[in-house]
Amino acid sequence: MTETIKTDCLIIGAGPVGLFAVFELGLLDIRAHVVDILDKIGGQCAELYPEKPIYDIPGFPTVTGQGLIDNLMKQIEPFGPTFHLNEMVAEMQSLGTPTAPLFRVKTNADTIFEAKTILIAAGGGSFQPKKPPIPEIETYERESVYYAVRKIETFRGRSVLIVGGGDSALDWTLNLAPVAKRVTLMHRRDDFRAAPHSVEQMRALVRDGAMDLRIGQATKLEGQNGRLEKVLCRDNDGGEFAVECDAMLPFFGLTMKLGPIADWGLSLHENLIPADTEKFETSVPGIFAIGDINTYPGKLKLILSGFHEGALAAQKVQRYVYPDRRVTFQYTTSSTSLQKKLGVA
Amino acid sequence: MAKIQFIDFGGTARTVEAEPGSTVMEAAIKNGVPGIEAECGGACACATCHVYIEPDWQEKVGAPSSMEEDMLDFAYDVRPNSRLACQITVNTDLDGLTVRTPEKQA
Repeated sequence: MTETIKTDCLIIGAGPVGLFAVFELGLLDIRAHVVDILDKIGGQCAELYPEKPIYDIPGFPTVTGQGLIDNLMKQIEPFGPTFHLNEMVAEMQSLGTPTAPLFRVKTNADTIFEAKTILIAAGGGSFQPKKPPIPEIETYERESVYYAVRKIETFRGRSVLIVGGGDSALDWTLNLAPVAKRVTLMHRRDDFRAAPHSVEQMRALVRDGAMDLRIGQATKLEGQNGRLEKVLCRDNDGGEFAVECDAMLPFFGLTMKLGPIADWGLSLHENLIPADTEKFETSVPGIFAIGDINTYPGKLKLILSGFHEGALAAQKVQRYVYPDRRVTFQYTTSSTSLQKKLGVA
Repeated sequence: MAKIQFIDFGGTARTVEAEPGSTVMEAAIKNGVPGIEAECGGACACATCHVYIEPDWQEKVGAPSSMEEDMLDFAYDVRPNSRLACQITVNTDLDGLTVRTPEKQA
């Protein structure tokens, strides 16, 4: 039985908006825990466009996705948030009342939080693996088709077909080649976006006869009772071939889905969460939605809008966490008490 | 202006006006064409504005760049006439361009 983590605020999503919310909450003496399904901090900025410039962050004529995240991490350092990466929030249970909310949240890694408030800053949703267009692939997902390698041992002694041309596909090809009975890498073209060094290593293994490389796309899976036996494939000239294998690892990148939050009983509108524009609170008191995941009249999906929304939500979070506090508004430029919190006074 | 026709997986055609210099993806999003998601907003980073170019137009539209080829690896059901709509810049030569959208984007 894992220990329950008690926190004033649980932030879902470690993208720019979730990170800046840590700052705004921190100024109000509210510490946060942050959960993200990715294995790194930064959300879309880090996953989709780390090296691409952003031109509409106030005060930064240009900053890359990763540059913005690095700066935000520096900015929130005084408030030492705890990150729970590689985890997706699953179940939510309300334990409190509308005036004194309390939520129990469990992740898919069985971490349990008891949070007075929840800030959903989940952007386009949680990143989940894309599935290739193969009929009945779901049938094989229990025993033969995997979208990630959790334990290398799962593949020991098996014939593994890895599909894709990026770093995940190449890295796992190299890592599983010594463990599996046979590894076949298949890609739709004989060009790989993965790191050149990995591609060279893979080509060397192919030359040595230690693995196979096929160019083509999977069209059909064959097997029995969810156990894969063979993958039928098509090459670029319409020719057909088959790869005998009992495990398949397709790596086609990630897509964003709202995920289990959809079942939390919040009002939803086209996979977005409606929020008011005063506190960015959802239909459930104590649960807030900020950034790209929310919707309201006039909503703009801009990072700067998410920053604003986080600042306002933090004020209402303060009301829940410190109901008896007399609220005075202060500026970081002039308030010594805020400056002490930031460690600069 | 150039006219761009989008035919969805079910066969329904929609024609929209696109400004030269903008992208085929932008024309789709601006006009609410279903079947184009553009999760990343045109950064060539998500492969969810995947389209099939009609054979008659393939030569005029041209081939994808190597960066786009890399992203197409992540698209759903890639074919020889696959392109990402965010990487096709509209010009008057493309007036009448017809593209098909795939069964789904991801």
